[in-house]
Amino acid sequence: MNGLIPTEEPRRMRGDGFWRKTWAMLVKEFIQLKRDRVSFIMIVTIPLVQLLLFGYAINTTPRDLPTAVLLQESSDVGRSILAALKNTRYFKVTELPRSEAELDRLLASGKVLFGVEIPANFERDLRRGDMPAMLVAADATDPVAASSALSALGRLVQTALAHDYAIPQAASAPFEIRTHARYNPAAKTELNIVPGLVGTILTMTMLIYTALSVTREIERGTMENLLAMPITPIEIMLGKIIPYVLVGFVQAAMIIAIGVFLFGVPMLGNLGVLAALSTLFIATNLSIGYTFSTVAQNQLQAMQMSIMFFLPNILLSGFMFPFAGMPTWARWVGEALPLTHYLRIVRSIMLKGATVTDLHYDAAALAVLMLVAMTIAVTRFRRTLD
Amino acid sequence: MNAGLAKADDGRDVVIDVQHLTKRFGGRAVVRDVSMQVKRGTIYGFLGPNGSGKTTTIRMLCGLLTPDEGTGTCLGYDIRTETDRIKRKVGYMTQRFSLYQDLSVRENLEFIGRIYGLAKPRAAARAAIKRLDLSGREEQLAGELSGGWKQRLALGACTMPSPQLLLLDEPTAGVDPKARREFWNEIHALAADGLTVLVSTHYMDEAERCHEIAYIAYGELLVRGTVAEVIAASHLTTYVVSSRNAGGLSALGHELEHKPGIDMVAPFGTSLHVSGRDAAALEAAISSYKTRGDLEWQRSEASLEDVFIDLMSRAKDNFQ
Ligand SMILES: Nc1ncnc2c1ncn2[C@@H]1O[C@H](COP(=O)(O)OP(=O)(O)O)[C@@H](O)[C@H]1O
Ligand SMILES: [Mg+2]
Repeated sequence: MNGLIPTEEPRRMRGDGFWRKTWAMLVKEFIQLKRDRVSFIMIVTIPLVQLLLFGYAINTTPRDLPTAVLLQESSDVGRSILAALKNTRYFKVTELPRSEAELDRLLASGKVLFGVEIPANFERDLRRGDMPAMLVAADATDPVAASSALSALGRLVQTALAHDYAIPQAASAPFEIRTHARYNPAAKTELNIVPGLVGTILTMTMLIYTALSVTREIERGTMENLLAMPITPIEIMLGKIIPYVLVGFVQAAMIIAIGVFLFGVPMLGNLGVLAALSTLFIATNLSIGYTFSTVAQNQLQAMQMSIMFFLPNILLSGFMFPFAGMPTWARWVGEALPLTHYLRIVRSIMLKGATVTDLHYDAAALAVLMLVAMTIAVTRFRRTLD
Repeated sequence: MNAGLAKADDGRDVVIDVQHLTKRFGGRAVVRDVSMQVKRGTIYGFLGPNGSGKTTTIRMLCGLLTPDEGTGTCLGYDIRTETDRIKRKVGYMTQRFSLYQDLSVRENLEFIGRIYGLAKPRAAARAAIKRLDLSGREEQLAGELSGGWKQRLALGACTMPSPQLLLLDEPTAGVDPKARREFWNEIHALAADGLTVLVSTHYMDEAERCHEIAYIAYGELLVRGTVAEVIAASHLTTYVVSSRNAGGLSALGHELEHKPGIDMVAPFGTSLHVSGRDAAALEAAISSYKTRGDLEWQRSEASLEDVFIDLMSRAKDNFQ
């Protein structure tokens, strides 16, 4: 051995070196992420697979939706609508019931997922301009398919009428589609799903990345070395979170791009605002995951905590069920979950073109949740091996 | 450098100064009432069997564990309240390899360079790789190094920031004899330059290479001082018995073991060490054997190993 210790005392940087030490940690985490082939590949594949899987499974425009048509009058308009329904690939007219009771039975049994009823005097009212109601019943168990079928139906009928009877294709249809109360599908549109998936997928991947970061160091024995060095809990935390903000950002960009280009989700708002608030959301979830890893005794516990946190995010954020329809207590829980706020942000920006001023409450809520998580993480971080 | 350091009798700074350290895990005291002073430039050997509390004590010295009782300073800083300062100036080599296995040699060293605020971490890492003879392996992952190289890397890592005190926890365990010898030569060179080294080990021959030693068993520090002091303090009288009929020695050992006046019988290669704390009683016990023609008795100074085995057996008696 030529010598263990540098022959001359190395020059040291001035100051406390907060950012320098954070940088050291960050570089280390990046290298480790790069080396971990599986994690690295998952950065791209998890969001991709989930988005395509859920996006298409939940979301595709219906094809050959089994449909029953009940004609209460024998008119040209009625026959024309029936022909139009038969001619499109959205619907597959499988039954022609004779009564409402029969239609209900077909729906209840699940033989058809969609029922259309042309009431008596429909044609007469239509020509008079009395806005007759076409009654529609959909199986609400697949609300998204039902709601997109519904919008398809409106367009279809209008086109058919305009074509066959020169009933002018006004801005609003000359008839009304009234959905059956019993099968009222959730007021969701397909467009809500993809923006929602951005938040859901990010919640999951971000939690996974940080929830194991501290416990992993403890279980691999590297924590002893780290704790013996002059580095503080805040520096460790930031060094472990920041690399994954970048990862999350890449994932978010990918999901949103696919949403826009593949699923045709509009992007009405400002992309910069969306990027900034998405980064905040990513950092919030990373902080929460990191908090779990400082509180957990081992990797299994950290994983369990993440799942326990992930479930209410899915169920109570407005992703699964409309937020406004939830009981008060559930809404309160929902307010404490980052996904709730991000769903509002991402849907408002993409679908409604909302601006920062519209979203300051949700943005502030995310920031508060992040700071609370970070505070818990730093105070709960065990600085010794006791 | 450290204005607040106490001076020892010989005027040297006391780098480690702890009193009555006790540490309990789940109600069980694994370190009990340990006090020690280590002077600057000393190589201090910390000996004891596995599970005796060496690692726990070292961890308390560098702030990784908080003592349940006791006080002390390390480099003049309080081991309870000033651990941040201690960490900047102490190089701690853990017993188990605890650098990042999935980082390369160079990346590990650069990481450490940055954490300790070296002005040019890349250059410092390059220099360390050269010093450690690790050239050609710098891009190898630390986890893929063989045991000896891992040890070398770990040692290089904790010396790279130029600490004032090295705490080495069994640094030579599982290292081949040649590397061990080189390691000790190196440690002596460092100490000559004023670095203080506390090194735990369970190799007896390494104890002889320390300026001072402390022996710990079952969490209690049983003896400390220079090797000569420790041997003298044991008051052990030892005879080395060799036999022309080597097979008979173990039978003789069993026979002698339980005789009054004989406290310890230990086989050493082709001979037997027979020791007792009371010289007169020992003489009486072996007098009849001394006349046997096939045995050769030779009075000698107790070895450190004799002393430790004796200390251990006594501590065990107390402990049980
Ligand atoms: N974190 C811990 N929790 C519980 N027991 C521990 C812990 N660390 C060490 N011990 C126990 O303390 C005793 C002393 O351990 P240690 O200090 O590692 O001994 P040595 O380093 O001398 O082999 C052992 O019995 C060990 O099992
Ligand atoms: Mg140990």
